[in-house]
Amino acid sequence: MPKEHIEEYLEAIYDIAGRDGIAKTTEIADRLKNAPASVTEVFQRMKRKGLVRYESHKGVSLTVKGYKAALKMKRKHRLLEVFLDKILHIPKENIHEQACKMEHVLSDETEIALCKTLKGPAECPHGSPIPPCNLEVKNCQECLSEQTLSLEKRDKDIIAITALKHGEKAKIVFVRGGGGVMQRLCDLGLTNGTTISLLREAPMNGPIEICVRGCKLVIGRGIAEKIFVQKT
Amino acid sequence: MKVDLVVALAGNANVGKSSIFNQLTGLGQIIGNWPGKTVEKAEGVLLHHEKHIKIIDLPGIYSLSTYSQEEIVSREYIALEHPDVVVNVVDATALERNLFFTLQLLEMGTPLVIALNLVDGAKKKGITINEKKLQRLLNAPVVPTIATKGIGVHEIVDAAIEQTAKQSSAYKNTIRYGPEIETRIEKLERVLTGVNIGYPLRWTAIKLLEGDSDIVNKVGEKHPDVIVAANILAGEISEIHKEPCSTVITSERYAVAARIVKEVQTFKESEKPSMGERFDALSMHSVWGYVLMFTIMLSILMFMSLFGGWLSETLRNLFEGVNPHIAGFWPDLAWNGGVVGLYATLAVALGFILPFYLILGVLEDSGYLPKIAYLMDRPCHTIGLHGKACIPLLLGFGCNVPACVGCRIMETKRDRLITVFLSTLVPCSARTVVILGLVGAYVGVQWAIALYVFDFMLIFIIGRILNRLLPGVSVGIIMEMPPYRLPSGKVVVKQAWNRFKPFLITALPLIIIGSIIVEAMRITNVLSLVSTALSPVTVVWLGLPAFTGFLFIFGVIRKEAALVLLTTAAGTLDIRSVMSPVQMVVFALVIMIYIPCIATIAALIRETGWKKAGLISITEIGLAVLIGGVAFRLLNLFM
Repeated sequence: MPKEHIEEYLEAIYDIAGRDGIAKTTEIADRLKNAPASVTEVFQRMKRKGLVRYESHKGVSLTVKGYKAALKMKRKHRLLEVFLDKILHIPKENIHEQACKMEHVLSDETEIALCKTLKGPAECPHGSPIPPCNLEVKNCQECLSEQTLSLEKRDKDIIAITALKHGEKAKIVFVRGGGGVMQRLCDLGLTNGTTISLLREAPMNGPIEICVRGCKLVIGRGIAEKIFVQKT
Repeated sequence: MKVDLVVALAGNANVGKSSIFNQLTGLGQIIGNWPGKTVEKAEGVLLHHEKHIKIIDLPGIYSLSTYSQEEIVSREYIALEHPDVVVNVVDATALERNLFFTLQLLEMGTPLVIALNLVDGAKKKGITINEKKLQRLLNAPVVPTIATKGIGVHEIVDAAIEQTAKQSSAYKNTIRYGPEIETRIEKLERVLTGVNIGYPLRWTAIKLLEGDSDIVNKVGEKHPDVIVAANILAGEISEIHKEPCSTVITSERYAVAARIVKEVQTFKESEKPSMGERFDALSMHSVWGYVLMFTIMLSILMFMSLFGGWLSETLRNLFEGVNPHIAGFWPDLAWNGGVVGLYATLAVALGFILPFYLILGVLEDSGYLPKIAYLMDRPCHTIGLHGKACIPLLLGFGCNVPACVGCRIMETKRDRLITVFLSTLVPCSARTVVILGLVGAYVGVQWAIALYVFDFMLIFIIGRILNRLLPGVSVGIIMEMPPYRLPSGKVVVKQAWNRFKPFLITALPLIIIGSIIVEAMRITNVLSLVSTALSPVTVVWLGLPAFTGFLFIFGVIRKEAALVLLTTAAGTLDIRSVMSPVQMVVFALVIMIYIPCIATIAALIRETGWKKAGLISITEIGLAVLIGGVAFRLLNLFM
């Protein structure tokens, strides 16, 4: 089983089911244009590797390990798309396919260098968010100003505020981007290390409401996706 | 008049500054339960123990590193105008965030009085604050207040007077940062000696380290070397903390605020969710929130339509009952011009405008408006704006003028321009008068609602077009959600009266005089001359009776006048006999869209400049004529 094969599966499951949902075998088969029988076979292998939970009558869902691996692939894919679009000016309609092939051979070292070269982009050219890196940094400026890649890897998982469940509490560890919006968030009390809780979110990727330092704040989805937290 | 003392009210948004201002000065600043009401500073004078004290109400501000336009007003006033005392109004229910701003004021070295407001709300939430201890820690007098009830407001003034008597050295109690930051502040202060931009030295140094663009520009103009030094020092700090210098300083300030709160505040969490929280869950629910919002909007419209229609009918019968029916120039002028003008204006004012202002007051005071901003944020993105834009747009239903000014809560120039443009298309109470009073009353409520729906669609389409034409993306919403509170009847009535008064003073006489002029012009046939001149547009293209031409001109001054003068210009009280249903719909449609009224144009010029104001007005005239003509032809097929 080639490595990229499994990685393609991880991405497909992530696209269909997200973090907590379940994807049906037929959905994955349709998407990857494979026969359902061979899809089930791959699921069994992935289950053995601890990447997915799989029950033949229910479908497949990502484990924490699988979810992280899928996010990593998404990150590489979308960074490559930005690179192909912004730097190499490849026509937009072609970049997805090429990024799909390149992502599997991109090393972690190149991934970080790419992110720095592109000045820490937040979105791919199609507007989907790029998952954050796993380096021990508090925000992008810190990484962009470093000359070498001496930064250590994070030992804990960080997720965007929007990935929290309702009522869940978490600590702010990393705010992507910079400038006015970031300073504003700080001024409203969202400094690194502050505990926040997610109260609710509006439908259709609308804004979220959080509780911070005893106040309720509504934050638009685009901004919220740049605030990363660690569950407490 | 001699002013003995200048006191400025400053603090976070929606903490009750304007309430305190109104209590002290007896003036009618618009208040309500949502952040961003006050966008301009207001002044009033209070006579307190034989001293004339000037009170300044400033827009809400979260931090001196300002973000939006109205915050700059506050910062420049506090920093450059040097009020004798700044009264920092602090929300006791959100002490930590409020103290963050208090600490910045202390840093500026302004003589300070803390008004600890909303102590009743804090008590309800289970929060108790040790005021004495807070006073000692901040080294500034703390006065507990309940602004809406007027409790504690005069004690604030006493404390302010006392504070000015003290030596200024008493306020040198600023917060201390970590040693690695303090040494660099000192270094920069030394570099800054001799540089004077009107701000205190230490504060200027800190702001330079934070990279505050305004201060950097001001200092950099004459002393570029200082900026270089500041950048090096800031770089060193961010090297140590692995964070930009500005966020390091912000974090430290918050740490101090948190420490103070820990010392002075005790919090007992209640087990049951409060009424307000339960209503929060409903009104912000993914499904029921929207259902509730549409129900509220529709019921307001239905109520206004029914009530306004009923009242104008009653008033008409009342006045017609005493009509002496005397023919001749002067009796006609007096009755058709004066009396009919008077009662038609009264019907408009009492039937539509006043009730709407009362409803708007309830919506504002309850804290429901920010929930609409939350619910509508996602839909607003399709026209390149974010949820906050809903608030000026909703205010536009009352009057477009405050809506235009209210657009200052939008953060970028582009967002402001789009919101201003769209807010002039919102059917204000004057246009509601025409829509409900003409179409709603004579054609049917469903047609009136159809006009509203069409207007919203138009706003949406124009929004999309503007989004395409104006480059850039909206920054996204960051907004505080105030808790619900029961609207105070007194505040709502007073607010409605404050908004209604200008109508009585300026519009009522204007419309009655206008009515008399129109009647005189009708009798002397001047009206038909004007109307004939406009008939290629009004009669041929829009299919309206010729006498409407004049109404469109008068409607520029006051849009509701178009309806009031309709009866006078038509020369009959029975509008149905001179206009077909289609003509009524087209007339209301054109009135709804064409050129904003004069007051709005003036506001547009102030907010966007001559060129853009002219462009917006001309676009809207063109649109109205185009849509009106097409509607006339289409509607004739159906009706």
